[in-house]
Amino acid sequence: MYNLLAVSYGEIFLKGKNRGSFEQKLIEQIRFSLKGFKDVKIYKDLGKVFIETMHENDMDNIIEKVKKVFGIVLISPSIKVDKDIELIKEKTIELFKFLSNNQEIKTFKINTRRSDKTFPYKSMDFSAIMGGVILEAFPNVNVDVHNPDIHIYIDIKHYAYISSEKIKTVGGLPRGTNGRALLLLSGGIDSPVAGYMIAKRGVEIDALYFHTYPFTSERANEKVKELAEKLEEYCGKIKLYSINILDVHKAIKQHCREDETTILARRFMMRIAEKIALEQGIDMLITGESLGQVASQTMKSMAVIENAINIPILKPVIGMDKTEIIDIARQIGTYDTSILPYDDCCSVFAPKNPVIKPKLQSILKSESNLDIEGLVEKAYSTLEII
Amino acid sequence: MEVYLDNSATTKIKPEVLDELIDVYVNDYGNPSSLHRKGLEIEKKINVARKLTAKVINAKPEEIFFTSGGTESNNIALIGHLSSINYEDKKNIVTTKIEHPSVYNVFRHFEGKIDVRYLDTDENGYIDKSQLINQIDDNTLLISIIYVNNEIGTVQDLEDIIKIVKKKNNKTKIHIDAIQAFGKIRIDVNKIDVDTISFSSHKIHGPKGVGGLYIKQGNKINSIIFGGHQEKGLRPGTENTPGIVGFGKASELLYNNFKEENDKLYELKKQYGNRLLEEIDDIKINSDLTNLGAPHILSVSFKNVKGEVLVHYLEQKEIYVSTGAACSSKAKNDNRVLNAINLERDYINGTIRMSFGYFNNFEEIEYVVKNIKECVNEIRDIMK
Repeated sequence: MYNLLAVSYGEIFLKGKNRGSFEQKLIEQIRFSLKGFKDVKIYKDLGKVFIETMHENDMDNIIEKVKKVFGIVLISPSIKVDKDIELIKEKTIELFKFLSNNQEIKTFKINTRRSDKTFPYKSMDFSAIMGGVILEAFPNVNVDVHNPDIHIYIDIKHYAYISSEKIKTVGGLPRGTNGRALLLLSGGIDSPVAGYMIAKRGVEIDALYFHTYPFTSERANEKVKELAEKLEEYCGKIKLYSINILDVHKAIKQHCREDETTILARRFMMRIAEKIALEQGIDMLITGESLGQVASQTMKSMAVIENAINIPILKPVIGMDKTEIIDIARQIGTYDTSILPYDDCCSVFAPKNPVIKPKLQSILKSESNLDIEGLVEKAYSTLEII
Repeated sequence: MEVYLDNSATTKIKPEVLDELIDVYVNDYGNPSSLHRKGLEIEKKINVARKLTAKVINAKPEEIFFTSGGTESNNIALIGHLSSINYEDKKNIVTTKIEHPSVYNVFRHFEGKIDVRYLDTDENGYIDKSQLINQIDDNTLLISIIYVNNEIGTVQDLEDIIKIVKKKNNKTKIHIDAIQAFGKIRIDVNKIDVDTISFSSHKIHGPKGVGGLYIKQGNKINSIIFGGHQEKGLRPGTENTPGIVGFGKASELLYNNFKEENDKLYELKKQYGNRLLEEIDDIKINSDLTNLGAPHILSVSFKNVKGEVLVHYLEQKEIYVSTGAACSSKAKNDNRVLNAINLERDYINGTIRMSFGYFNNFEEIEYVVKNIKECVNEIRDIMK
């Protein structure tokens, strides 16, 4: 029935002068998410974006993709016609017939919105005319302006758009309207969710993955790649970096206290992440830390870990329970990949009894046995862009 | 230098076998069920393959059924047998604790429906015979034994086991999982009195996706999937004709060269085992280095090493070995087989399996031993 999707955006309206560039970013993102579809046209018409396909059968799949694009609040599958009143009548009847095949309709309401003020009928008048047309064509239905079974929306722009269904989408702001951040992406459940949440606010995400090959498997890399791909459905293209920190772990194992291993390793990860961020012109890091979840995520641990670097760390899931994080992971489709059983780099070198209240003095003392800069450089030299 | 030492997981196809496959794909691509000549031509080739495969175990061609592989053969033999008889729940079925999952999990499936019994093994992986005598009784419907264990290469004393079973209950059906044994240990179905034997093509340098099941004449095995009349209705579905023809060729090559091929494997196993013992401390050889063990399987445990890590270290040198059995090495649970042979915990985690094949040679040994030694030292250094 439908060959067109009308896209309504919410917060972009608030953005005044930036609106044009926001719309442009949104269109870019829609284009990215629909790159697998043929013969799709995306255009603007008086305050809305429209997605037109030459293949009606693609529409359901297009809707699924567009639902995931940040910056959109509603989408409506629509019919596009020239602003000819006879044509609008004909297509409205056709749509009504289609809808009544799928559900029992006793009452309806016509809502007209006239963005093109040159259209010769006022909105209310046009709704009344079209209501009459429907009543004539379908003698068993009535108008109900308060609680109708269905709405028919007629949107008069450069073209007329007729629709009935409004599909709620994910919201947020278009990618790239709020800068760039570097996500520390492990193979676990939390970090993809953290990336999703920040990306939703218009942030372009790069991702960094630490491994300890050959102490971890190449399959673990595949898992992280898969997670990044899943996130891309929402976040757009993600630049994925990997770093081998085996030498860091070796040095810590050799020269430092076992119970401080995790804290020390995390501090190195932060330093390496900061280095990459600065070189890439990225302003902030993102982690999937959730307060109290593991030893390295206690208040004291996080304070000591963060002390190693200067750039801010965003922690969008910090106050969430595991079950809440899992709900989001399920909803965005990363959960099933996250629980695959390949070791991530945490598990092999994890100490038996990690400190939960590390003291900065003690950590700094341990680190005095290490060539910090040298180790960061050595790890950095393993950087790969996947 | 690439050294592939994971031939128990799967093997590289022999070039002569590949030629046969291509020939079928290109020229004899017909369906044996078709009435026309194109169908007849490939039907004839399948009959030849059946003869060649039968010859390896001295069976009659009509006793050989082609399947999609070893797992399917084991499932058909076990489930197909049990579904062909009406049994009460006081009946029992017997197997060992060191079976491949394609047998072990079939038995697990029957738990609760019938009395299921698992035999222990000693520290060399041999079945406990006194337990066997006790467990087989008048109610034993079926026993399934893995001939060559795929993780450590123990070769069961089949003749004796069969004797014991027959003496206790001569109606008990005997199934042999010979997937690792086929082509490695001489099997003559006229000398060992068993009912069904399963085997697989890709373990003998044949194509993947094809296996075989020997069913001794007179046995009734029900099909476990339903469809057409192929393989006498036991394994319906259009035949994997290139696979079957390739399997026939691989069987023929093996049969003609049985002794030389296996003597080389025995010798490789011995030399690898001895060189590793000489070069590396705190190491255990879990496999029998003599000709009592399978020719191609060498299981080695290194103290304070993680097998998985060693596998990844060696892959960097293009040396490919596996941890435990390939089919289960991705599973995280403790290793059933190595537990059954009572290996100490420090060693279990550090176990790798090297398995040899037709393409391996003696020149590889020093390269491999040197690299294993270096990698083990490095890993121990990091993990200590």
